[in-house]
Amino acid sequence: MPPILEVRRLRKQYADLMAVDDVSFSIPAGVCFGLLGPNGAGKTTTLEVIEGILKPTAGDILYKGQPRTAAFKNEIGIQFQHTALLAMLTVQETLQVFQSLYPAAEDLEHLVNRCQLGEFRHQRHENISGGQRQRFLLALALVNRPQLLFLDEPSTGLDPQARHNLWDVVNQIKADGKTIILTTHYMEEAQQLCDTVAIMDHGRIIAQGAPEALIRDHCEGVTVVLPRRRFTQAQGQPSLPYRIEGDTVRILPANIDDALRELMGLKIDLSEMTVQSPNLEHVFLNLTGRQLRE
Amino acid sequence: MAIKRIWVMFKARNYEFFRDKASFGWNFLFPFLLVAGFGILFGAREYVEYKIGVFPAPPGTLDTAAIEIPEGLKTTRFLQFVGFASQEAAVAKLRHHKIDLVIQAGPAPHLYWVSDSSHKGYLVEKILQAGLMPPEIPAAFRKGRVASAPIRYIDWLFPGILAMNMMFSALWGVGYVVVRYRKNGTLRRLKATPLTAFEYLSAQMLSRLFLLMFTLAVVWFGCDLIFEFNVLGSLADIFLMFFLGSLSLTALGLVLAARGVSEEFTTGILNFISWPMMFLSEVWFSLEGAPEWVRQLSQIFPLTQLLQGIRKITNDGATLVEVLPEMGILAGMTILFLSVGAFLFSWD
Repeated sequence: MPPILEVRRLRKQYADLMAVDDVSFSIPAGVCFGLLGPNGAGKTTTLEVIEGILKPTAGDILYKGQPRTAAFKNEIGIQFQHTALLAMLTVQETLQVFQSLYPAAEDLEHLVNRCQLGEFRHQRHENISGGQRQRFLLALALVNRPQLLFLDEPSTGLDPQARHNLWDVVNQIKADGKTIILTTHYMEEAQQLCDTVAIMDHGRIIAQGAPEALIRDHCEGVTVVLPRRRFTQAQGQPSLPYRIEGDTVRILPANIDDALRELMGLKIDLSEMTVQSPNLEHVFLNLTGRQLRE
Repeated sequence: MAIKRIWVMFKARNYEFFRDKASFGWNFLFPFLLVAGFGILFGAREYVEYKIGVFPAPPGTLDTAAIEIPEGLKTTRFLQFVGFASQEAAVAKLRHHKIDLVIQAGPAPHLYWVSDSSHKGYLVEKILQAGLMPPEIPAAFRKGRVASAPIRYIDWLFPGILAMNMMFSALWGVGYVVVRYRKNGTLRRLKATPLTAFEYLSAQMLSRLFLLMFTLAVVWFGCDLIFEFNVLGSLADIFLMFFLGSLSLTALGLVLAARGVSEEFTTGILNFISWPMMFLSEVWFSLEGAPEWVRQLSQIFPLTQLLQGIRKITNDGATLVEVLPEMGILAGMTILFLSVGAFLFSWD
């Protein structure tokens, strides 16, 4: 069975800027695939070329093993990062308008319940909050019962509560068996939602795989973080590899048990110690030397 | 093409129009205020072509029976006599072209003053001199008469104001709104759906046509109740002509909406098109006597064709057969504009 989506050597060039440079990946049906990278990495452009909003400069895009046809639009759902909608309509009316544009439509009540729109379904969409708007835009993306769902930075600008709320909804959609492609620059979001992640930088994919595999392949293990003033009170010279960053000391032990035993042996006060597991942020840092949100 | 998609986009656009209360109200109020304003200014008063200052006389409009001026002048129609206390006061007004001629009241010989730079002064002087001609000179001419119903300025102007309102509403309601939707990303969102450009543009056009005809009907019958317009032709023909005009003007709006991404630039283009059209299509004044090239140029505007057809029906009682040339040109323009608009249209 072919992957639901296959992208081969995709390129998108604007004058002097190569926004997407030789990008290839393949997505099996039913997974959540994340494009992770900083702003300007080419994630949204990649997504919009696949969606058919932009024309590619070069490369192939196959949907279910075939080039995309006009029917492709009927089978995909899109949540844009920035969008505007028809003015002066309520949330429910807008959903009904979009339902009517497709040959097959999702049940309105199901959408309202799934995306938690009940409280504001009769309000004008211009008047709802940021979190409500993101859930509403997600409902719009689901209005045609898509097999492939594109979410472009779905939680950007949301407070932590609204973000977790949105993640719950996306996880339910995942559980329905839909294939999701999302872009994000939040490593936590990618780790929470994605089965596979492609990390993009300057229009290229620099690493690709399951989040755990990427972390395992590109990070050194846990990091022990201590206040520098505690570390300097050590009764003896530590043998652990460490580096000093301002007021903190970051220790990168090969084995956490051995490291803790050594630190206790040196009589260092560990009451302010934290142990950090590596994440996709560290993967990006190790690959590019930069933070994701720089 | 899916009728269902056109219908739903048509309804959505109408909701937007009817729910935007300020814009909705203004669409009706603006033409009504214009007609009412001109009706008050010109409707009830007798037509006046020339103003003649008379001194010494009480200030204000004078009753000719009460002043001593040449009899021929008194009996000439379309003259208004304005009183002044002194020669200086009257000549000052003449110098600023506020009046066209000054005459001293009293027995002959009559003293009068005209401005060398006033063409109206020149003509009213000729009227004054003609009034003093011996009776045998007019006898050398034979006069023919043409019977016609009186046409008030308001009767002539009313279709012009409605057509002008139609033009602005069509061009801005389609051209500007689609550009705004393109700029804010609404079109991009719709592009991601199965909606085609043809379906979208058709819905925009049909919605605007419906709103234009609805507005026209409300303003027409509302104003007619107050001003009792003289309409010699068929009302159905008038509305058919307006419908064709709406089609061509809305199609022109689609051409303007085809590519623009800047509201400021689109505003400039809309003004560039609508202002010459407003002044050269005889909305406010007739182009009779204008240079030939100006009259020829005015024929390229759909508003000119619309107004020529409408005025032929309303003022001359023309039938549809008699306005076939205008109808044909409007239909041709509609097809041309629609083709160009559809060819150029871009969602992005």
